Amino acid sequence: MKKIPVYILLTASAIVMIYPLLWLVGASFKSNDEIFSSAWFMPGNFDFSVYERAWRTVTAYSMGHYFVNTFKIIVPKIFFALVSSTLVAYGFARFDFPLKKLLYAVFMGTMFMPAISVIMPTYLMWSKTGLLDTYIPLTVPALFATEGTFVFMLIQFIKRIPKEYDEAGRIDGCNSLQVLVYILVPCIRPVLVSISVFTFLWTMNDFLNPLIMISSVEKYPLSLILRLSADSTGNGYEQNKILAMSVIGLIPSITVFAIAQKKFIGGITAGGLSS
Amino acid sequence: MKKIYHNPVGVWKYTGLMFVIPFILGFLLFMLYPFVSSFIFGLTDYNGISPPEFSGLDNYISMFRDEDFRNAFAVTLKYVLILVPLKLIISLLVALLLNMEIRFIGVYRTIFYIPSILGSNLAIVIMWQFLFTENGLVNQIIGTDISWYSSPHGSLAIIILLRLWEFGSAMIIFLNALRDIPQEYYDAAKVDGCGKIRCFFSITLPLLKNVIFLNVILQFISAMQEFNAPYMITGGGPLKSTYTIGMLIYDEMFKYHNAGYANAVSWVLFVAVTAFVLIFYVIAGRKKENRK
Repeated sequence: MKKIPVYILLTASAIVMIYPLLWLVGASFKSNDEIFSSAWFMPGNFDFSVYERAWRTVTAYSMGHYFVNTFKIIVPKIFFALVSSTLVAYGFARFDFPLKKLLYAVFMGTMFMPAISVIMPTYLMWSKTGLLDTYIPLTVPALFATEGTFVFMLIQFIKRIPKEYDEAGRIDGCNSLQVLVYILVPCIRPVLVSISVFTFLWTMNDFLNPLIMISSVEKYPLSLILRLSADSTGNGYEQNKILAMSVIGLIPSITVFAIAQKKFIGGITAGGLSS
Repeated sequence: MKKIYHNPVGVWKYTGLMFVIPFILGFLLFMLYPFVSSFIFGLTDYNGISPPEFSGLDNYISMFRDEDFRNAFAVTLKYVLILVPLKLIISLLVALLLNMEIRFIGVYRTIFYIPSILGSNLAIVIMWQFLFTENGLVNQIIGTDISWYSSPHGSLAIIILLRLWEFGSAMIIFLNALRDIPQEYYDAAKVDGCGKIRCFFSITLPLLKNVIFLNVILQFISAMQEFNAPYMITGGGPLKSTYTIGMLIYDEMFKYHNAGYANAVSWVLFVAVTAFVLIFYVIAGRKKENRK
């Protein structure tokens, strides 16, 4: 009974937190007048045709096209991040080698690097290779374990696996790589799931990188087509259309979050991950 | 004397090094090279296309005379100094509430966490822009007709509120750390007649120090880089009141084609962030020493 004020407080804040999202979904079905005249999220009558128009976007391509583009970035990026982070974490967690201390200190330092301060020189570097306006600048860096938090999470996790597992494998004739693939990878699967989910969500959210690297509308990922539509619809007309496009753009992230949420909320703090 | 490497029997001393090669290459290509080249480009007059011309420290000197740079730096600092403490306090308070053996904790936790997962998605940024229009949801609910976008304070508030709404990730880190504090500590303190508030300041807070430090650093670094929200929501205005360093770098590079200057600012931002992080680190470390 003593906790009733706590529940009231929590429930009130939860409503404040979630209401904007409910409003977004509701408002996408409303007419432009209704969006700005009623605070209640449920629309007076549902106008489904707006989604048909939203799906067609403001360009010659449909939302489906931009989904495919986004996945063309996400899928290789997840694969690259999984492989490279696992290899590097394994090296740091299980072996002793020359310069290890120095390299580990450098690694910890890179986790605190503000990405925006290297983005312009990185852009200039890619522009010299002629690979701008392809997905390579967006995906290939993942091949080099550039997401330090993933490596850190994996190191913490691998260190908790008893070394006897590795030894048992070696006695059965595994080499170092086989120990990793056959013995450790099955153990670290939960972390690998978290890495995939975070790579997915972060790539969906990424805006500055594609904004800089991708210039043709045909190759835009979802975030850029949303920006283009928001700019070109402007204030005054078709506002429900841009809201509907936003809802469509959020569906993949919400779906992935819903599927994975149990698994990864617990595992997030292992590496102190945040968005 | 020869150094001994502690590896399993029969493992070459360079095996570990082989495994971390992706990191070494990644560090050289995507961190060290950009870092060094941004300093060097910063020493040139460069438009991104024709060959750079060496201009010495001109860019670095003009930075301190540049009204826009000084303004952007001040705006960013103001934004960080308001946002980070508020976000930490809110996330710690909510984490404390959720830690009180609450029912339906999973539901609450998910609801508080979702915004931080979706928050930097452009769809959310666009939604936020709608919420604060003159007859948008926020004004409808609180029954006012504030024109958020035409006042400098209002515009900054929109962006700060968006990022505050995303306190979930910091909250989760606090919540997990709170769970790790053994209940025995509180039981023992209770026997000694320690009240709830005293318990918080004498047990909880000191034990959370590392996590607080982690959250401060993470939030600080991400706030210093703010770009998406001002770019999409306010366009940096009005009167450049939300014009962050991130926006300045972007504009100098792609709008005014001052690649040399954009690189110099990037480099200074990097040095500033690193310096702040080191200062935090030293302060947090010194406090630890005092306690011993």
